[in-house]
Amino acid sequence: MNKKILIADDEQNIVISIEFLLRREGFEVLVAGDGEEALAKVRGERPDLVLLDVMMPKMNGFDVCQALRADPDLAGTRILMLTAKGRDTEVSKGLGLGADGYMTKPFSTKELLAEVRKLLGM
Amino acid sequence: MAAPRKLILTVVAASLFTLVLVGATAALMLAGEPDASGVGRSAAERIVVLIVLLLLASACCCWVIVRLHDLYAASPLRMAEEVTAALAHSSLRVGDQGAAELRVLAQAVNQLLALREASENDVAERVREARASLEEERSRLAALMADLSQSVVVCNLDGRVLLYNQRARQELAAGADGGHGELLGLGRSIYTVFDRALITHALERLQQASRELGETENRQLLGSAQFVTATPAGRLLRAHMSPVLGGAGPHHAQVGGLSITGFVLVLEDVTSSNERHARRDALIQSLIEGGRGPLGSIRAAAEMLSEVADMPAQQRDRFLRVVHDEAAKLSAQFETAASAFSNDLRERWLLEEMRGAEVLIVAARRIGERRADERRALAVKTENVDEDLWLRVDGYGLFQALRYLAWRLQDEYAVREVRLSLTRSGQLAQLDLSWLGTFMNNETAMSWLQDPMSVAGDSSPLSVTDIVERCNGDIWFQRERVSHRAFFRTMLPIADAPTDLPRAVIAAAEGERPEFYDFDLFSWSAASHELDDRLLSELAFTVFDTETTGLQPTQGDEIIQIGATRIVNRRLLRHECFDQLVNPQCRLSPQSIEVHGITRELLVGQPTIDVVLPKFHAFCADTVLVGHNAAFDMRFLQLKEKQTGVRFEQPVLDTLLLSAVLHSNQTTHRLEAIAERLGVSVFGRHTALGDAIVTGEVFLKMLPLLAEMGIRTLRQAREASQKTFHARLRY
Repeated sequence: MNKKILIADDEQNIVISIEFLLRREGFEVLVAGDGEEALAKVRGERPDLVLLDVMMPKMNGFDVCQALRADPDLAGTRILMLTAKGRDTEVSKGLGLGADGYMTKPFSTKELLAEVRKLLGM
Repeated sequence: MAAPRKLILTVVAASLFTLVLVGATAALMLAGEPDASGVGRSAAERIVVLIVLLLLASACCCWVIVRLHDLYAASPLRMAEEVTAALAHSSLRVGDQGAAELRVLAQAVNQLLALREASENDVAERVREARASLEEERSRLAALMADLSQSVVVCNLDGRVLLYNQRARQELAAGADGGHGELLGLGRSIYTVFDRALITHALERLQQASRELGETENRQLLGSAQFVTATPAGRLLRAHMSPVLGGAGPHHAQVGGLSITGFVLVLEDVTSSNERHARRDALIQSLIEGGRGPLGSIRAAAEMLSEVADMPAQQRDRFLRVVHDEAAKLSAQFETAASAFSNDLRERWLLEEMRGAEVLIVAARRIGERRADERRALAVKTENVDEDLWLRVDGYGLFQALRYLAWRLQDEYAVREVRLSLTRSGQLAQLDLSWLGTFMNNETAMSWLQDPMSVAGDSSPLSVTDIVERCNGDIWFQRERVSHRAFFRTMLPIADAPTDLPRAVIAAAEGERPEFYDFDLFSWSAASHELDDRLLSELAFTVFDTETTGLQPTQGDEIIQIGATRIVNRRLLRHECFDQLVNPQCRLSPQSIEVHGITRELLVGQPTIDVVLPKFHAFCADTVLVGHNAAFDMRFLQLKEKQTGVRFEQPVLDTLLLSAVLHSNQTTHRLEAIAERLGVSVFGRHTALGDAIVTGEVFLKMLPLLAEMGIRTLRQAREASQKTFHARLRY
């Protein structure tokens, strides 16, 4: 069965590339444009991995991460945070809130793929 | 030698006298003895002769004794008196009289006295020299302090201000509303400006630091503590605090044998530099963080494009559009950042605000300097100088550039005279260096402007263009064929006239110390609350006066002006004054305008009493109030207590009452009359500050007179005031 990945990012231009990349690798890809949509899609679609951008409208990535981790049903969902800030404090905040990995933009697509595979245990 | 001979002579003379006396007596007895013939004198006759003889002899003896007493007993006593007098007045000398021995002694004494006088003069001279050099140092210190671009305040351990400079006064004077409220003053508490806890904490840190130095190094000067605080006006100040060490100080402030007797605060306004740093940080931050998103998108899209060969054209176009969009976003971000940064970039050069006219004068002087290799200096004229223009320039560089151009004109084109002009041209200033007659072609002019400057052995790696660009300006060569005039035209941005121009140092009058500092205050104690038993001579006073709309405070008359000045250590501090008009928010009667000359128009825009009174309250904190007919003014102040929330609970002295104490037989105690009586010249009456100053002078003259009457403490002055008739006057 194909692994399901949710991309939660409001930056359409990065979503295009990641979506293309992951589909090419054979994943099933879902896209959410803001935090609330992301949360709803995780609950509805139960993806295996969420690529979570920090800066999003309505609900930021940290809040989404916290909400996901507060739900025991979703404990198996892996979270990889993507951020355009990259301050050390943010990285530790994301990991502290329960994210499984953290990548700072700009990242190479190879690294992203490697990290995705690692988190999915592939 | 003389003394033994005198002794021998005396003994011989006394023996001879006795011999003669005895011989004469014997001869008389023998001659008078009745002989055989019966011729002779009777016994009675002989006795008479004998008695006469003895009387003569004793008279002789008496005369000798009186002479000797005068010579050897009275003269030394006289001399002793003279010596006693000379003890007190070293210019006196002992008289040259009496016996020869005594005269010798007198000479010796006189030599001793002369030596003593010389050494006293010497000491006095040294004291005078020392005082003069001390005075000189003080003036130098005052001048130095006045010149510092930082604010300096020196306080004793109680936080009383002992010294401050103009800069500090300016920086700390402005109130939160930009109004003028003096907070700083000699003898006043620094805690009206700074939080007490802040300073106490800094002092503790200093003591702690010095304790940790250990015993071996305990004589070293302690470091300084720093803190940042805000003024009432909201400026950020960084304060460096260094301790003043002395031998005798309170035990709790002891540091390795020395004690902290006070502290020096050097204040620096960091508002603008903090703002600039914050701005720069935000800029860099926004560049870095703002760049990540677009870069991430571009990178991902580019990798997809390069790695996936079999991409459909439509997909390829989508990626290309991503790259295109994001690159445009990045460019826009860079533009914004660059333009924001260029403002800050200018700050990196030491550009200084200079008045345009001054720039021209200095430039003309530099150009006109005689050169070693030239027979005659180049003539320089200035014309069309706009006196109001201010420029923000690298002055040194600009002068160098103008001189380089002018001298090169002289060298290569034999130009005899150049002209400098400065005019406004829109938002820019136009600075022209022009000359008549020969001129070069454009290419030559261009190379002059762009080559490194080098003329008459004076060379620089910079070109004229570099310098002008550094000033954010531009320069070019231009000529007017019609007038045969050519010029280098420099366009420079116009600066705002700076608001905090350095002020001239106010020179102290002859024999008077500048009023900005008073080291004698170091001896002030903390026990300022028990003012009653303090000597009047050592108290700090605020002398004040008010002008009002009328004489009936209870019937709606209001204060329209408050003026005050201060007395510290028996000196009237004219520089530390409070002078504020007050908008009474009611009608001014024509009669009152005649008295004080304050018209409706003057009061427009002035603060109201509830703004002014708290400031005045702060001005007179910790002092004794002095006013003429103070009861009247106090009544006005007290009626405002509820409205303004400030209570004036300081002790109050009234010069009117004190005058009644001093001259109870006088019929009038008006201020003018008292001033005349005490020899104080009156000017500027019926302005609040003018009256306050006269009152202050009068009060100072009264202090010694009161002291003669035994009134020395505040308590005595108040009690004496209460006893006088006028004290029963109530408004």
